[in-house]
Amino acid sequence: MTAEAADLEVAKINKFRDPRYRAIFYQIVVVVLIALFVWYVGHNTAVNLEKRGIASGFGFLSQPAGFGIGIVLLMDYSSQTSTHLDVLIIGIINTLAVSISGIFLATLIGFIFGVLRLSKNWVVNKIAAVYIEVIRNIPLLVQLMFWYFAVLSVLPLVKDSIHIGDNFLINNRGVSFPAIIPASGFWLITVALLVAIVLCFVVKNWAHKRQDLTGQIFPVFWTSVGLIIVLPVIASLIMGNPFEINYPEYGRFSITGGWSLEPEFLALLLGLSIYTGAFIAEIVRSGINAVSHGQTEAAHSLGLSPGKTTRLVVLPQALRVIVPPLTSQYLNLVKNSSLATAIGYADITALFAGTSLNQTGQAIECIMITMIFYLSISLLISMFMNWYNKRIALVER
Amino acid sequence: MAIVKTERHEDLPPPASQTGVIGWMRENLFSSPLNALLTVVSLYVIWWAVSGIVSYAFINANFVGETREDCTGTGACWVFIKARFGQIMYGFYPVEERWRVDIGYVLAAIGLFLVLSDVVKNKKWPAVYMFVFVPVVCYFLFYGGSFGLEVVETSQWGGLFLTLVLASVSIFVALPLGIVLALGRRSSMPIVRMLCVGFIEFVRGVPLITVLFMASVMLPLFLPEGMNFDKLIRALVGMSLFSAAYMAEVVRGGLQAIPKGQMEAAKSLGLGYWQAMGLIILPQALKIAIPSIVNTFIGLFKDTTLVLIIGLLDLLSIVKAGTTDKEWVGMATEGYVFVAAVFWVFCFGMSRYSIWLENKLHTGHKR
Amino acid sequence: MDRKVIFMRKASFIAVATAATFMATAATAATLDDVKAKGFIQCGVTTGLAGFAAPNNDGKWEGFDVDFCRAMSAAVFGTPDKVKYTPTTAKERFTALQSGEIDVLARNTTWTFSRDVNLGFEFVGVNYYDGQGFMVKKALGVKSALELDGARICVQSGTTTELNLADYFTANGMKYDSVVFDTADEVREAYLKDTCDVYTTDQSGLYAQRSVIADPEAHIVLPEVISKEPLGPLVRHGDNQWGDIARWTLNAMVEAEELNISSANVDTLKADTKNPSIQRILGTSGDLGQQLGLTNEWAYNIIKNVGNYGESFARNLGEGTALNIARGLNAQWNKGGILYAPPLR
Repeated sequence: MTAEAADLEVAKINKFRDPRYRAIFYQIVVVVLIALFVWYVGHNTAVNLEKRGIASGFGFLSQPAGFGIGIVLLMDYSSQTSTHLDVLIIGIINTLAVSISGIFLATLIGFIFGVLRLSKNWVVNKIAAVYIEVIRNIPLLVQLMFWYFAVLSVLPLVKDSIHIGDNFLINNRGVSFPAIIPASGFWLITVALLVAIVLCFVVKNWAHKRQDLTGQIFPVFWTSVGLIIVLPVIASLIMGNPFEINYPEYGRFSITGGWSLEPEFLALLLGLSIYTGAFIAEIVRSGINAVSHGQTEAAHSLGLSPGKTTRLVVLPQALRVIVPPLTSQYLNLVKNSSLATAIGYADITALFAGTSLNQTGQAIECIMITMIFYLSISLLISMFMNWYNKRIALVER
Repeated sequence: MAIVKTERHEDLPPPASQTGVIGWMRENLFSSPLNALLTVVSLYVIWWAVSGIVSYAFINANFVGETREDCTGTGACWVFIKARFGQIMYGFYPVEERWRVDIGYVLAAIGLFLVLSDVVKNKKWPAVYMFVFVPVVCYFLFYGGSFGLEVVETSQWGGLFLTLVLASVSIFVALPLGIVLALGRRSSMPIVRMLCVGFIEFVRGVPLITVLFMASVMLPLFLPEGMNFDKLIRALVGMSLFSAAYMAEVVRGGLQAIPKGQMEAAKSLGLGYWQAMGLIILPQALKIAIPSIVNTFIGLFKDTTLVLIIGLLDLLSIVKAGTTDKEWVGMATEGYVFVAAVFWVFCFGMSRYSIWLENKLHTGHKR
Repeated sequence: MDRKVIFMRKASFIAVATAATFMATAATAATLDDVKAKGFIQCGVTTGLAGFAAPNNDGKWEGFDVDFCRAMSAAVFGTPDKVKYTPTTAKERFTALQSGEIDVLARNTTWTFSRDVNLGFEFVGVNYYDGQGFMVKKALGVKSALELDGARICVQSGTTTELNLADYFTANGMKYDSVVFDTADEVREAYLKDTCDVYTTDQSGLYAQRSVIADPEAHIVLPEVISKEPLGPLVRHGDNQWGDIARWTLNAMVEAEELNISSANVDTLKADTKNPSIQRILGTSGDLGQQLGLTNEWAYNIIKNVGNYGESFARNLGEGTALNIARGLNAQWNKGGILYAPPLR
């Protein structure tokens, strides 16, 4: 061995001792292992699919679905002509419908109970505590089943529906209420509503500026409510009431006409919002606790009423603490809505990863698409919440 | 005549309206008209709920009997739970073999006590017992097939037993996997970090049901023909991977709480990466993360009910199956209330433990 | 380095060995050899459908489909008890059979073209001729399925039922709302709780579900049968020997009923019958069993231990059981039904 060769040997050894090279080496190993694993799984899958004669690819999306769907919103669906793609879209709409209403309701419940949990009133405080501790420690699936199979199904039969007023019916098929069917000329009402909403923002900005300049307070809230009610009513009068009201009636089997909320939807909505609400209540409580007491005292000493103190001083600061965990609760709610499949609500998991998967046998495609959907929703919610979080964080000096 | 008192008058007690029960009530219940109204309404709600629950669950309920005909009261029919108790606890595990499960429970309970309580200070041997001895013994006990024990197929496992097996095996696998993922996520190697972040965020972004579906429907497609896992194993794989991702985030939280100086100090003492991690960083990080780990475990425990959807007979599904039995049809409320109560006891107990632990560890840090 | 390799080998060996205890054996061609080697038949059944396959109070499986599994065990092992049951949902059943998790699927599965050809299965015959029907509550006063316009219908997911339902309602210009559940039990519970008006599945299933309702008389099965549902056991494509055993197990049971061989008289017949057909089936003449790769006693064992088709039907489904199903289409061909076994010779 020559001297140069020995040097080289040393250099080689040293290179492997060098963490930078070692890191590269390890990463190459990891990549190779992962690649081998992916290849192995892919190979097996290909062989299995071939052997079992399972089709692959996304051609099935354009084939007619052939089965009926219980809850269809915003779309026309016929079992003969609609495709699996339509089924996917209906599933997405249904998931979004229950998630969005669930998020609103859960936030409402959560904030109410979070505030009640901090109430000085001992009884109220304890009620909130019991609600939170009981609901949080019982699996959501049990609660869903309880709502669906034990609560909603003991509501009266269709023929013995509970009437609230003349046209609001509650029975074990859900809740029915009059529907507004747009006729020609309805567009003006829609436009009026949109204009009203835009005006509300304009008024709010103007009032804010005026308050900054003159210190006078303008009743923004009541003005907004007035705008949102009055403008569409005027539009409706101009067009001569361009809609029909379709009242629920007793049909042969269940209520026909009107709009109705199915028991599956109600059970899922109630279960999701009550469950998530308990978690949100805890988040709200800790968020409010995180605002130092000095803030409240300062607000009081400035003469702000307790309501205004909460609204203008405590909550805006608490929100900064509340929003990040709140986001993950919203994400959980969306993901938990997939439990719909256990109580027969037609969400994306039940419809697309359930029925479509079964009828076509294309497990990989169906589950992949479903997962991608949930991933994108997660991404969207966290992006929105990050944006919102930034916005409220800017208040800080 | 002295009109001025020379000696100090003894302190009068505060007005009766400010102290004692009345004072407390004035302060806490009737401090303002709104508060008074709230109190009255709440008391009514409590009375309504408690009286309803008590009369349903106790006064009008039926405890004695064998069949549904024995349920004559208007309240709950706990006879159903009683009649099905064996199945609810053990599933279809053969009656004459159930002692094996009980022994497993006892072994695990001893281990839990040793590890979790304050009685034994040095946790080394309890940990070895709990995390090596108990799992191995329980595997042979529950599944059988050796030491003269009859094989009990996993398809016969069920009820609370299966729920506990699912939860404990998942956590047992998820914790180390989660630690590895968390370390990977904080690693300086970009590819490793990317893979770990990808895995964690992917799993956390999708519902457990889809992961379970994947494990039950797609896993057989990924394996070579003829290689085939038991349904329980498939569910366990799904649940473990799922909770590993959540565990990784919890552990990462713990790791982030450890000041950088710790690692630097360890390195300056000549410790390598694994030595530093194993001896210095992880023990501290895990200690901080314990309450969150317990919380993750509570979540995981509640999530085991989802195996109902892939057809395993856990506590919830076996009770549900019972309510559809012709003898007991219509016992849904009793069934769900019972399941809810069992889960509540477990989860509430664990959450109390986690709070207790948090306080204990907290004071430790203050000192 | 070397030590490391050995250690890893050891570790992977242990991993494989542990995993192997949970694994079914390879699903290669010679299922019969595998079955004989492991000493039992892994039989896929429903998760519980009264009369067809359901665990009794002791957790032992019973039913019409279970009897078929027991008959196969009797044919292969001479005793009916060497069967292990895998409960499968409608969704999982095919994957379970394809992957070799089970050796035979006896789970009231409809024989269709695509399942036979496309999914790579072999239906070995029909053990129950069925058709999809509707069950409603008597109180509704519905007499015909054509009156069901606008009804809410409970249906099980992953079945042909869902598709037939949509076809039938479209063909008759009617509308319906469907509520879909994963298991038959959930569907029944929802139907009983009046979440829906109608329960649809195969008629046998309707009778089975009606039998477990507290007041069966309050429900009627409507007369319309909207589809053909030949239900039968199935095995994987490509193992003809195993397929033959399954096929001729079923045929032997049917043939035995036609020849009036029952578990009660099989011993006397075996000893002193002069009828060559009976001699052939009971293995006192010829070597049918050996041709299948079994013993010549195979059919004798089936009939002795499980009974003929009629006995199994009567025990699990027929009049006198809770299901109370008439033989109808499932009577022998010479008694007004369409049950017709090819001759065993």
